[in-house]
Order: sequence, then C-alpha cells, then structure tokens
Amino acid sequence: MALAAPKETYAGRVFEVTIGTSKTAVFGGENVLPFHKFDGDTPHKPVIAFEIQDVAPEDWPDTVKEVYGDAASDPVKWALYCQNNLNAQAIALRLISTHPDRENRSADDAAKTVKAVLDSIEVPLIILGSNNVEKDATVLVAAAEAASSRNCVIGKAQEGNYKTISAAAMAQNHKLIAMSDLDINLSKQLGILITQMGFEKERMIADPMCSALGYGLEYTYSVMERIRLAALTQNDVIMQPPMLADIGMYVWKVKETQASEADLPKWGSLKERGIAWEAVTAGAMLLAGAELLIMRHPDAVRSVQKFIEEF
Amino acid sequence: MALSGVEIFKLLPKTNCKKCGHPTCLAFAMKLAQRQASLDACPDVSEEAKRKLGEASAPPFRPITMGAGNSVVNMGEETVLFRHEKKFVNPCALAVEVKDTDSEESIKAAVDALRDSELERVGQKLRIDAIFIKEVSGDPAKFSQTVLSISAQAPDMPLIISTTNPAAAEAALEKIPGTRPVLYGANESNAEAMAETAKKHKVILGVYAANLDALSELTEKIKATGVEDMVIDSGARTAGDILRDNTFIRRAAIKKSVKSVGYPVISFAQRDDHMLEALVASLCIAKYSSIVVLSSIEKWKSLALFTLRQNIYTDPQVPMQVEQKIYSIGEAGADAPLMITTNFSLTFFIVSGEVENSKVPARLAVMDSEGLSVLTAWAAGKFTASKIAQFIQESGIEKEISKKELIIPGYVSILSGAIEEKLPGWKVVVGPREANALPAFLKTMN
Ligand code: B12
Ligand code: SF4
Repeated sequence: MALAAPKETYAGRVFEVTIGTSKTAVFGGENVLPFHKFDGDTPHKPVIAFEIQDVAPEDWPDTVKEVYGDAASDPVKWALYCQNNLNAQAIALRLISTHPDRENRSADDAAKTVKAVLDSIEVPLIILGSNNVEKDATVLVAAAEAASSRNCVIGKAQEGNYKTISAAAMAQNHKLIAMSDLDINLSKQLGILITQMGFEKERMIADPMCSALGYGLEYTYSVMERIRLAALTQNDVIMQPPMLADIGMYVWKVKETQASEADLPKWGSLKERGIAWEAVTAGAMLLAGAELLIMRHPDAVRSVQKFIEEF
Repeated sequence: MALSGVEIFKLLPKTNCKKCGHPTCLAFAMKLAQRQASLDACPDVSEEAKRKLGEASAPPFRPITMGAGNSVVNMGEETVLFRHEKKFVNPCALAVEVKDTDSEESIKAAVDALRDSELERVGQKLRIDAIFIKEVSGDPAKFSQTVLSISAQAPDMPLIISTTNPAAAEAALEKIPGTRPVLYGANESNAEAMAETAKKHKVILGVYAANLDALSELTEKIKATGVEDMVIDSGARTAGDILRDNTFIRRAAIKKSVKSVGYPVISFAQRDDHMLEALVASLCIAKYSSIVVLSSIEKWKSLALFTLRQNIYTDPQVPMQVEQKIYSIGEAGADAPLMITTNFSLTFFIVSGEVENSKVPARLAVMDSEGLSVLTAWAAGKFTASKIAQFIQESGIEKEISKKELIIPGYVSILSGAIEEKLPGWKVVVGPREANALPAFLKTMN
C-alpha cells in the first residue's frame, strides 16, 4: 500500500526578524518545526553570528585563540576579520570586560567600543553584556544608545534587569534578547513582562539558556522543542519569537574542549574534538528550534553551514 | 490500527464470567483498550480473537534484536515523537563501514579501532555497536571470506552484511551461523530471493527502496513471504531527506498505526567531510534512526556522538543519579580529606574523575539531592546546611576519620558558616568552584 505522507500543519508561525541596516540578516518566519519544509514554509535559514569580545580572549582555549591570533587583540580588527576573512553573516560583541570581577570597565568605555565596531563593519551586530545582572543594566543602556538606529540585537534582558534594558532597546529601535533559566514557563513569563512594557513581541528573540553537549544539552533541547511546539500548535504568540542559542561560551569551557590528547588518549585529537563539540551542540540546537546561533570556531561554523545547506 | 473498547468487546466471549477479575466482558475490554490489562487474563478467549487483538496491540515499532553475543543491539519499540513526552527507548546504534575490497590491513585496523572505541562516560560504557560490511567486489567468495574473517576477529560484534546479490548473501551467512546479523540489501528486484535467504538463516532483513511509498509496498510484500524482522531504508541520504522520511515514518507508525513502516530505520551518514558526517549522524541520533552507518570512527567523533546519544536518550523525568553514600577514592586512610557533593551523575563523575586525577586518596560524600547538580540542588533547597549536617552525622563517618574537616564545593561557599553551626566540632573548608581545580587544591591540603 502506498503511504499517505502524514503531514502536519499548525496554527502558529514564528516571527520573522531582520537585523542590521546596510547588510541585513533575516531569520524565523517558518510555520513548521525546524527544517520541516515538507510540512510548510521555511523562508529563511538559521543565521550564525561569530562571537568576539571587547578584550583579547585570554580566557578562551588555545585551539580557538590561535585561529584569530593577532586579529583578536582589538575588537575592531577582530570584527573586520570575521566579516571580511570569514564571511560572517553577523557579529556578536560580548562586553565581557565590563564585569565587576573582570576589568570592570565602565558603561562609557563599552559604548565607545560598540561605536568603533559599528563604524567599521557592515554586517549586523549583536551586543551582549557580561551577564552581570546589575552591571548589564547600565552597560547595555549605554551600548544601545551608541548603536542608535543601527537595528542591532541587544542582550540579554533577564528577570532582574529587563526593565531598563528593554526600555533602551525600544527607544533606540533595536531587537532584544530575553533570557530565562531553562524553563518554558519562565521563558513565557519574561516574554509577558517585556511585552507589557510596550515592547513589541515581533522584535524579541528568546534565549531559553543554552547548554553544552554532555552538560545539560538535553534540557535546552527539550525546552526549545516545547517552546516551538507551543508557538505552532497552540498559536501562543508569546512563544513565537525566534530562539537564540549562545553556544560558544558554554562549549569552550567544558573539559572535552580543553583536555590534551596526551592526558586523555581515549578522547582523540583535541583540535577536532573541540570543533566537533561546538558543531554537534549547534546541530542539536538547530534541530530543537534555534534560528540564531552565536559560535566561536570558524571550522565549526563552516561545518554547521554545510549541514544547513543539506536541508 | 488500535482497536476501541467496543471493537475489542465484540471479540470477547461475552459471558461475563468474571474470571478475568472484571465484572463484565465490556469492562475488561475497556481496560484492554487503555492497555491496562493483558488478554491472558481471560481464559476463554478464542484463537481468532487472540490473533486479531495481538496484531492490534503490537507496538508501533517492532522490537528487534541484532547480534547474538554479549553485545547485542536492541532496536524499535519507540512510542513518541518528542523526548519530553516520554523517554526514547532504544539508543541509535553506531556502525562503521568496511568494504570487501579494502586491504586486509585496513580491515584489521578498522576492527581494532572498533574494539578500542569503548569508553566510559557518566558511568555508562559506550562503544561503536556494529560493523557494516559492504560487498563491492562482485565476488561472493571474496565477500564471504571478508565476513568470516571479521567475524573471527570480533566474535561478539553485531554485523550488518550488505549485498544485493542473493548468492553472495547466502555464501556469507553460511559462514556465520547463529550470529543474527542484519542482511541489508533487499530491494524491488531481488526481494523474493533475499527474503528466502533471510528466513533460512533467521536473520534480520535490511530493505531498501528509492522512496517511502515504494518502501512501504516492499515491506508488505516481504512480510507476506513470512519475514517478520526488518530494518528499513527509504533511500534518504541528505540531511533534509533523512529528516523528512524519518519524521514521516515515526508519525505514520505512531499516530496512524501504519504497520508497513513500523520497523527500525537504518540511515547512512558517510561524507568525505568528517565534521559534516558527525553532524548528519547527530541528526540521525536525534531524529529517529535506529542504526547510523559511518565511514570511519575517529575517537573525537565517537566521543561527541556517544555523548549526544546519551543526552537525547536520557529519561526527561528522572535525571541520571548515583547512590547516596561516602565513596573512597584511592586508599583513603583516617587522615584522607573528606569532600561533599550531590548525587547528579554528571556532577559525581566529573568530581570523582578529578579526585582520581589528583592521585590523592580521598573520600567523597555523595548526598541524595534527587539527581540535581550542586547549584540547582542548592537553589531548589535540596543541598542546604541542615541537610548536609544531618547526612554527615547519620553517615557515621566521624568515627572513621582523624580530622573533622569537610570540603564543600566553591559555588556554595555561602553555606560554610551555617554548616559549622549545625555540625559542632567540624571545620568547613571551601574548595574550588570548578572540579578541574581539585587536583591542585587537594595537593595543597596534604
Ligand atoms: C541543567 C540545569 C537545570 C536542570 C537540572 C539539571 C540537574 N540534573 O541538576 C533543571 C532544568 C531541572 C534546572 C532547574 C532549576 N534550576 Co537550574 N541550571 C541548570 C544549569 C544550566 C546546568 C547545571 C549543571 O548541570 N551543571 C553541571 C554540573 C556538573 O555542575 P555542578 O554540579 O555545579 O558541579 C560542578 C562544580 O560545582 C564543581 N563541584 C561539584 N561538586 C563539588 C564538590 C567539591 C568538594 C568541589 C570542590 C567542587 C565541586 O565541579 C563541577 C564541575 O566543575 C545551570 C546553569 C549553568 N550553566 O551552570 C542552572 C542553574 C544551576 N539553575 C538555577 C536555578 C535557579 C534553577 C531553578 C531553581 C529555577 C528554575 N529554572 O525553575 C530550578 C530548580 C530545580 C527544582 N527541582 O526546583 C541557577 C542557580 C542560581 C544560583 N546561583 O543559585 C543556575 C546557576 C542558572 C542561573 N540562574 O544562572 N536547572
Ligand atoms: S474472563 Fe473473559 S469471558 Fe469472562 S468476563 Fe472476563 S472477558 Fe468476559
């Protein structure tokens, strides 16, 4: 007997989000599960942003550091290298040096860095704080102002600081990342709080919190799948922003991306292992529903792009 | 197709004799429909009813076991599309391909690599599960010789024998009786002969068709010849096609009870680009394949795939956990340092691994925190000062050690004062935050 293709159609659709001005990137817009183009529309491919920092990446493992070499000594050079040499679709600038436990640089300093980077690149910019709830509230406001009218992504707004950050993103016409702690209800709740302030849901990007392969990946995977299913089957508009997976920072701190082959011969080549760890984490996040990825190693990015081309 | 309670009722004796423990046949039928009772409970049910009900109550994916030795692979039995609904049952097997035209040395190297592939992660032993032996030579004698030699080198390893030539299949299967391999290569043109061979040798038949429609027809045709155990291949090779076909197969079998595709799926991920191969294999693991064939098994690749498989196939309701107790690592004497952590498997294996690395004999007190990590357990109120104090007191460890000193994880340094208050006479030492700093830390303790 021939098989009647068991297709699914859904009531809901993920919002389509465009970022950047001179060169733009578009993601979201589908009314089906990830890559399920056999069920409906998948107008855009996921977008991968290269992560850079406002200080040299002393804290990154050698395997990634050495790819960038001297280019990473300065954020403008680093951004240009990603754009021109690595064909980055977007760049994610992490203002890590503003963290009180790090260099504790001021919001003004951060704003200057943002401006300098924006003045030199054409591709869209994602501006990330240091993940310190209090400090981000001032740093990201200054950064949003410095980036005014450039249609950037500002993040991350969390339960403890969403008010000031969303207000700034709204005033300066940016997109906003809303991050919650690995829980579908918390994600929804934050979405509601932010939209209640008047921020348009169509301008939001949800970050349900990433985790690395072998270190809680299954939690992120299932939370993302559940969010996407709620968006599609229940047509729940708060769950319909595209999702972000901030991969590099979780992957490049786990043991599998650092331990030498001499110490752990059973784990094989460190170089490939690290790249595979980032690529496989990214692949799983894409299958679970992420449309925007932030990654570090160019070889991992290239492999994931080839993978995306196969759909 | 699953039957309703009323449909089942029609097949029962309708005597309401109560021998099944239910007041009426109808009540029993309702329980059967909800899968809360087993048909065996009714002694008077007819053979015909048994057959009809048996078919209707068969699981959506036929359970099939590949191999016969100590390392068999269970496949099928899946009941859901998404892992948050219910635990995925039988983890996708990883197989590596060798060809009968490969040199003897390269086959030996592949078998050695395979034997060497086993590693332990979070307390589970993980390894490449099967060898896929492909006939390329066109020579049945050469093929059967290759199969025999691999089977001799790796006697316990489940085999997938790949050929579309029934004569080559026959020659190879004769050499490895009783090993319950998969014979992969039945297609539209050779189906009858391959089915005969599969029946004769009692092996699992791998069925290939160029698309899902043709596949569904072919499995029905083969089933009619009496072959029950199949693994299926819809010809999908790109990531997009694999996702589409595997999704359709899962949905058809589970939601529509379509029996003709209710078999474990075999997928092929081989790529010249090994990183891309790892990604395509990841897709197969996450999205419903039961076997994925790889071109090679570099250690980094297997480690990443094993880990992903472990993540996808864990129980979403119950985190992996270890037993609450005080573990001795190395020859821990009375003066060995004592540390405490939670019973989340990942936490336990990371921490105990680093303590082993340090070569410092030590004790690790593992407290039941319902399988939560240190910070999660702390945030959830399951790793608190009073619970820690109570656990240490009740463990009786005090009598075995010379120095009443407890090392706590750096992330919960905030607990140190409260623990000291609740454990009179004890000193609390705050350890490093990350376990990888433990070796250096433990050495300074000595
Ligand atoms: C996965 C996860 C979950 C999973 C649970 C996973 C599990 N089995 O524990 C789920 C989704 C269920 C969850 C739930 C919650 N979570 Co949670 N979760 C995480 C996450 C992402 C990873 C945790 C993890 O697996 N870590 C890996 C293990 C190995 O780490 P570990 O046990 O701490 O061990 C390390 C160290 O502590 C050290 N170590 C361990 N033992 C020892 C012993 C000694 C002696 C020494 C020296 C060192 C040491 O070594 C290990 C490796 O370096 C973290 C954020 C993050 N990225 O860390 C948040 C996190 C832990 N969760 C958090 C919270 C608040 C919660 C919730 C209360 C909120 C919610 N979402 O509802 C709930 C509580 C759960 C409940 N039942 O009520 C917070 C905790 C905040 C805080 N600082 O207190 C975190 C930090 C997220 C955040 N806000 O940043 N969570
Ligand atoms: S034992 Fe069989 S015949 Fe008797 S009541 Fe139960 S179902 Fe009916």
